[in-house]
Amino acid sequence: MKLYLKYLSIHVRSSMQYKVSFALLTLGQFMVSFTALLGLWFMMNRFHTVAGFALPEVLIGFSVVLTAFSIAETVARAFDVFPVIISNGEFDRMMMRPRGLIFQVLAAKMEFSRMGRLVQAAAMLAYAIPASGIVWTPDKILTLVLMIVCGAVVFGCLFLIYAAITFFTIEGLEFMNVLTDGGREFGRYPFAIYGREVLKFLTYVVPLALFQYYPLLYLIGRETGKFYMFLPLVSLLFVFPAYGFWRIGLRNYKSTGS
Amino acid sequence: MIELQGICKTFRVAKRKSGFRRAVKALVSREIETVHALSDVSFTVKDGEMIGYIGPNGAGKSTTIKIMCGILTPDSGNCVIDGRTPWKERTAHVRHIGVVFGQRSQLWWDVPVCDSFDLIRDIYRVEETAYRQTLEELTELLNLAEILKTPTRSLSLGQRMRCEIAASLLHRPNMLFLDEPTIGLDAVSKIAVRQFIKRLNKEQGTTVILTTHDMQDIEALTERILLIGKGRILLDGSLDELRRRASVQKTLVVEYSGAPPALSAGMTLAESREGRMVITLNPAVCPASEAIARIAAQTDIVDVSVSGISAEEMVAALYQEYEI
Amino acid sequence: MKAYLAVFRIRFAHTIQYRAAALAGVVTQYAWGFMELLMFSAFYRVNPEAFPMTFQQIVNYIWIQQAFLALFMTWFWENEIFETINTGAIAYEMARPLDLYGRWFCQSVATRTARCLLRALPILLVAFIIPGPLRMTLPPDAGQFLLFLLSAVLSLGVVVAFSMLVYISTFYTLSAVGMRVMAAVVVDFLAGGTVPLPFFPPAIRTVVELTPFAAMQNMPLRIYSGNIAGTDAALGIGLQLFWLAALVFCGWRWMQKALQKVIVQGG
Repeated sequence: MKLYLKYLSIHVRSSMQYKVSFALLTLGQFMVSFTALLGLWFMMNRFHTVAGFALPEVLIGFSVVLTAFSIAETVARAFDVFPVIISNGEFDRMMMRPRGLIFQVLAAKMEFSRMGRLVQAAAMLAYAIPASGIVWTPDKILTLVLMIVCGAVVFGCLFLIYAAITFFTIEGLEFMNVLTDGGREFGRYPFAIYGREVLKFLTYVVPLALFQYYPLLYLIGRETGKFYMFLPLVSLLFVFPAYGFWRIGLRNYKSTGS
Repeated sequence: MIELQGICKTFRVAKRKSGFRRAVKALVSREIETVHALSDVSFTVKDGEMIGYIGPNGAGKSTTIKIMCGILTPDSGNCVIDGRTPWKERTAHVRHIGVVFGQRSQLWWDVPVCDSFDLIRDIYRVEETAYRQTLEELTELLNLAEILKTPTRSLSLGQRMRCEIAASLLHRPNMLFLDEPTIGLDAVSKIAVRQFIKRLNKEQGTTVILTTHDMQDIEALTERILLIGKGRILLDGSLDELRRRASVQKTLVVEYSGAPPALSAGMTLAESREGRMVITLNPAVCPASEAIARIAAQTDIVDVSVSGISAEEMVAALYQEYEI
Repeated sequence: MKAYLAVFRIRFAHTIQYRAAALAGVVTQYAWGFMELLMFSAFYRVNPEAFPMTFQQIVNYIWIQQAFLALFMTWFWENEIFETINTGAIAYEMARPLDLYGRWFCQSVATRTARCLLRALPILLVAFIIPGPLRMTLPPDAGQFLLFLLSAVLSLGVVVAFSMLVYISTFYTLSAVGMRVMAAVVVDFLAGGTVPLPFFPPAIRTVVELTPFAAMQNMPLRIYSGNIAGTDAALGIGLQLFWLAALVFCGWRWMQKALQKVIVQGG
């Protein structure tokens, strides 16, 4: 942990050397999710509800996904640019160090500009928390925290899988975007609106709905069972297949050039 | 102690074709080529040895090094370094080795060198007092005092390489892998780096494995040479042995006064004019000393010089001989 | 012209090498389009009256959009061009006897077309055969289809002409990744990339429909789906022509100025 903070301070100092481009990139990232919000607002403005969810309720789900995604992207950005880390030899260097590889990759790059989205997520929460009419008892607050934390872990696992695929091929990585960027984009709305089949997939295969849709039902009082409150924790099981896949990929590592 | 036994490694590469029509064709079927990067590589290095590992580009040098560093897992064969198999006990193994890649940096680009060093100390969990001492020694030996506070990106190549070497020695490894450590350096920096490596090997008994294309590195540093080509170890011996194997010729230039001398077996006339002869010698048949004695017996020698070919030419001759 | 064709061929051959990438692209875009449509159908169920297009129109809109993504989305930048400018390799480019604007324009069009050709057919094929309400249909009539083709070509031109402005701006600000991201998202949003323009609030929509952004994917997608037809379609195509000419003219002039600057500064 102490070492991670050391890395952190190095990254902060490096990115502060390029202030202008850092600011622009942060703004750019903000715009990406802002247009998504604008689109959502146009739709909700026209239809008022979707699958029985009103605007504040939808926004809670959206901000959870956006916050979780931004945290995962800031921390685990290196997995997202893993092809570069392999091709410039940085990964070789990591393998020569007596530390865990996942730790080193996480520490290799931290992309603070992704925090641009966090600002928007916070603003949406600031609006939706009072507007939703939810009585914020401690258990509801805990639910919200669980949703965000477990969501960040699940997105982190998706990035890890993405990186593990790089060990086999760098072509064809694009389809992972459906799950990562797609998870963020389609997570604007509660996952149930996409129908039962998609919901099943997002429950049992890639557990995005476990930290977004089900606990959201609990938050807005549609479900009262405590079971729904703790479903985000179940999504953490996703860590196992993701890590297993990474191990398999590692054994297949080919390194690059000279 | 490094022991490699029957190491094999293959890569599968998809062939990319040029040309418009063939590109379209490749959409449907694609040829996959299997490249044998290493086939049956075995050698042993004793503690405290300094080895020059040479071979043309693509011969398998880097692959071998990467296997010894635990980066790559070979298809078959054994590699035991100080009792550990690198790819199985990666973290335990890499704690005892140091690696310098001449073409790549391990220092963080935008922060001062000493900050990079501090981070490496934490990564290797080097104890503070030991670290201070090592750093002091390295600072003195490599003359780093003035550049420690400079960000890596503002260093010259020579300065950076000195820092890279220091960085890979902070945890006091007993084994050092150097991959082209002098590439792109100016003459002064090259000599400084070589002197340091030599000293490290002599005084600390650090085992050094050096890959390079610069034969002066080899001449200055290593007693033993491994030549690899097309994934196989072709020669293992000293530089002199290699020279003999390469069956290389020597050139004898004689200036004389009096009658031109007659040549005997093993001597070929390359150039001749009044009072001066250039003779090519085949040292296996007629060593230089014998040739000079014979000529001296026939005429008065004014001046004589013998030149062998450079290590560079010798290696080129070897590569040619082995068709690698 | 022959030189431009050569540029086109090289880019094309280069792009179609990446077979697995294309396959992944197809799967991605198919899944993406499917999710988009599921989302729209959720809203459709809420209130079909408030839906500004017929459901079949949105189905066709989304499938064509996914199939021709590489043609119309601003964020398919030519990274090579950015690199050429940033690394100073521009000096070599200027030594060649081709108009740089034309060459880059051509290169962009070629890359986009190659990417699109590989991906469009499989996506369209699936979209035409899937059972149920998400199946794609042919446009209302042949005339409408021809208008779509014309509009699609113009739309590609407008998108490339716009990205040329972004490339040229790189001459002035070197590290412009942020600008690039911002330009791409804002433009694609206003072109109907996130939500089709008919879903915009009326006041905003009226303004946006006059901008060059509406001359991008918005126009061909809505013409194909039959949302815009007859005189409206003709007017729309006229607007596309206007914006294409305007953007190319501005871009070309600006490029000459930027190159002049490079020459004066000596690279």
